[in-house]
Amino acid sequence: MELDNTMLARILTSLTLGFHIIFAALGVGIPVAVSIAEWIGIRKKNPLYLVMAKRWLKGFTVTVAVGVVTGTCIGLQLSLLWPSFMKIAGEAISLPLFLETFAFFFEAIFLGIYLYTWDRFKNPYVHWLFSIPVIIGSTASAFFIMTVNAFMNAPQGFTLADGKIVDIQPLVAMFNPATPSKAGHMILSAYAASAFALAAIAAYQFIKGRNHEYYRKSLHFTVVLALIFSVGTAVWGDIAGKFLAKYQPEKLAAAEWHFETKPNAELIFGGMLDKETNEVKYGIKLPYVLSILATGKPTGEVKGLNEIPEELRPPLFIHYLFDGMVAIGGYLVIVPLLYVLLRWRKKRSATSRPMLWAILLGALLSFLAIELGWIFSEIGRQPWILYGYMKTQHAATTADNVGEMLILFGCLYLFLGIVCTLVLRRMFKKNPVENDLAKAQDIH
Amino acid sequence: MLEMLGIIVLWTFLYGYIIVASIDFGAGFFSFYSKMRRQDHLINGVIDRYLSPVWEVTNVFLIFFVVGLIGFFPDTAYYYGTALLVPGSIALVLISLRGSFYAFAHYGARENTTYQFVYGVTGLLIPASLATILTISEGGFISVEGERITLLMDKLLTSPYSWAVVILALVSVLFISASFLTYYADKAKDAAAAKLLRSFAIGWSLPTIFASFLVFFSIRTHNPEHFDNMLDMSWLFLLSLGCFLIALALLLKKRNYGWAFVFVMLQFAFAFFGYGASHLPYLLYPYITISDSVTSPQMGVALVIGFIAGLCLLVPSLILLMRLFLFDTKYVQGK
Repeated sequence: MELDNTMLARILTSLTLGFHIIFAALGVGIPVAVSIAEWIGIRKKNPLYLVMAKRWLKGFTVTVAVGVVTGTCIGLQLSLLWPSFMKIAGEAISLPLFLETFAFFFEAIFLGIYLYTWDRFKNPYVHWLFSIPVIIGSTASAFFIMTVNAFMNAPQGFTLADGKIVDIQPLVAMFNPATPSKAGHMILSAYAASAFALAAIAAYQFIKGRNHEYYRKSLHFTVVLALIFSVGTAVWGDIAGKFLAKYQPEKLAAAEWHFETKPNAELIFGGMLDKETNEVKYGIKLPYVLSILATGKPTGEVKGLNEIPEELRPPLFIHYLFDGMVAIGGYLVIVPLLYVLLRWRKKRSATSRPMLWAILLGALLSFLAIELGWIFSEIGRQPWILYGYMKTQHAATTADNVGEMLILFGCLYLFLGIVCTLVLRRMFKKNPVENDLAKAQDIH
Repeated sequence: MLEMLGIIVLWTFLYGYIIVASIDFGAGFFSFYSKMRRQDHLINGVIDRYLSPVWEVTNVFLIFFVVGLIGFFPDTAYYYGTALLVPGSIALVLISLRGSFYAFAHYGARENTTYQFVYGVTGLLIPASLATILTISEGGFISVEGERITLLMDKLLTSPYSWAVVILALVSVLFISASFLTYYADKAKDAAAAKLLRSFAIGWSLPTIFASFLVFFSIRTHNPEHFDNMLDMSWLFLLSLGCFLIALALLLKKRNYGWAFVFVMLQFAFAFFGYGASHLPYLLYPYITISDSVTSPQMGVALVIGFIAGLCLLVPSLILLMRLFLFDTKYVQGK
């Protein structure tokens, strides 16, 4: 690996995105959970849910701040680190970038209103209504930014003349074949990861021995949400697989170490690749599964890597990233499902220690899965930055000092990560839920 | 035609950013300064009540401008993006620190002097560093050799024009902020805060107008072509001066602080749009003009529709935000 400008710019971009995506996912998912909790609280006249919504929202202000500033970083780094790319493709992606900013603007305005108008209106539904534009804004901004990324994966809606992109059809470029699979999968996984993060807080309190009704309700509510969104994410993953098979076969083939084009293709899980012979050792082979994932039919033909020129193949280690993401996805469906079944059967083991630890672990794993999925998707389209049109090496900045900037931003994210954690811990330690509940009781 | 519309909308957003960001940046500095003089209890309540709901919105104004600029004029991404890697990154780090600090501060860090110091100082460094981008747009600070674009840092740091712009940015931030906060404190019926903030506003008024003249005349040596254009539009700058005098008079007479702030806004609006209009057709002298804009007519139309639709959504939302927090007397008074 050579540390030239391109490599350094890639590392810095992935560092920023990798850090940002944690907070971005929370930013998209938590408002949904908060809004539903507040709605239930108002409808059932149950202060527990209102306290829940309020406490989550309070923590959310801290994470959203980090999300906003790291989002600003990646927004500007796009031009600072990849000016040549922006010069060529900037015009084609300007509409969704614009719309993303609008959506974000909309969210920022209403988040401010939502945060600072609790108890300001006589009718509690008025305050609740302000959560809707927050959700619309955050989810829409995720959608629009995903269309930009989708465009880089499946560019269309323009003609290339003398190295310039002309005759752009904005909507065709935006609604490219990659858009549905990418946007849906990402948004649902953000919802799921946020639900898991909130569930982990409740599970942690249980483990520490606090079994107030509040935690019971909060655990149940969030795990049910997590189940719904995890199943959604998994189902949408299937759509994403079929997209890859059709439009980026080398990404899927590299992920599955699938070399020869053939029907009845098997899915390989784990294992080790012999680089000389392209044979897989120790892997678990599931017959027909890859064909089903790629084409929907067990006998469907799946394109193999051998048909793709060597210099256009993505690195083969993405197999592990893909496996990691899929395995975690399975875990994230099974754990909440198990919890719901046990609760339904009124088993005490629904809140047993192993179950609680499994939920807690689920929160960490869900964010790991998002990271793995992203790295898989991004590295899987190398060497292209604009798939089929522009290689990454031709897009990076020619300026000096990219290495120094990498260190600078590395320190920034480290600092933000530490302070954010400390502030969140301190915030909830200093103000245990009993205080908030007592306050809520006083009012009612 | 399209590019004119684009640049007018973008320039308006940049103006919006300058006003709202100045209030924010200046507030951080005043908060730190008065802590040093043990007067912070007087004004912190007023500042917090205003900033809490709006700081995120402030940030979006900036992103909006940048994204819009790149969208309408992709060449700017190439030139500015390459040249500004280092200063741009440093500004980004400062903005990130400041933005996140504001949220963190709500939960315990507020009383910490180091925190206040960082918050106050970044509030002055950010406008100074952002202002240099305007300086660079005048030309003479970037060298272009084939594919290689470099920022001539030594030239930038030794240019009297560039320092004049930095000084103007600093004092204007403090002046705009103090005049707004005076109005806000007065509305909150917080006489002590209003008195202190009014003294800040008056204190920073003359340096602001002085720095404006400094910039005006240093452009003359740096970019004569631009200076001549400015002379052609001198009526705008005279109007700006007039608005300044009215604002100052109102502040001195201790009345109509709301109108005083409106005239401060007008003062900057006339100067800012005068500066912008006389800068045209160049976006980066002499490399980028506004005719280097979007080339696909369909994309141009889509952008304009997107703009209009977005503004239809934004303007009512912003009005709602202001009605709830800025013009809601009960909220302003902290009740």
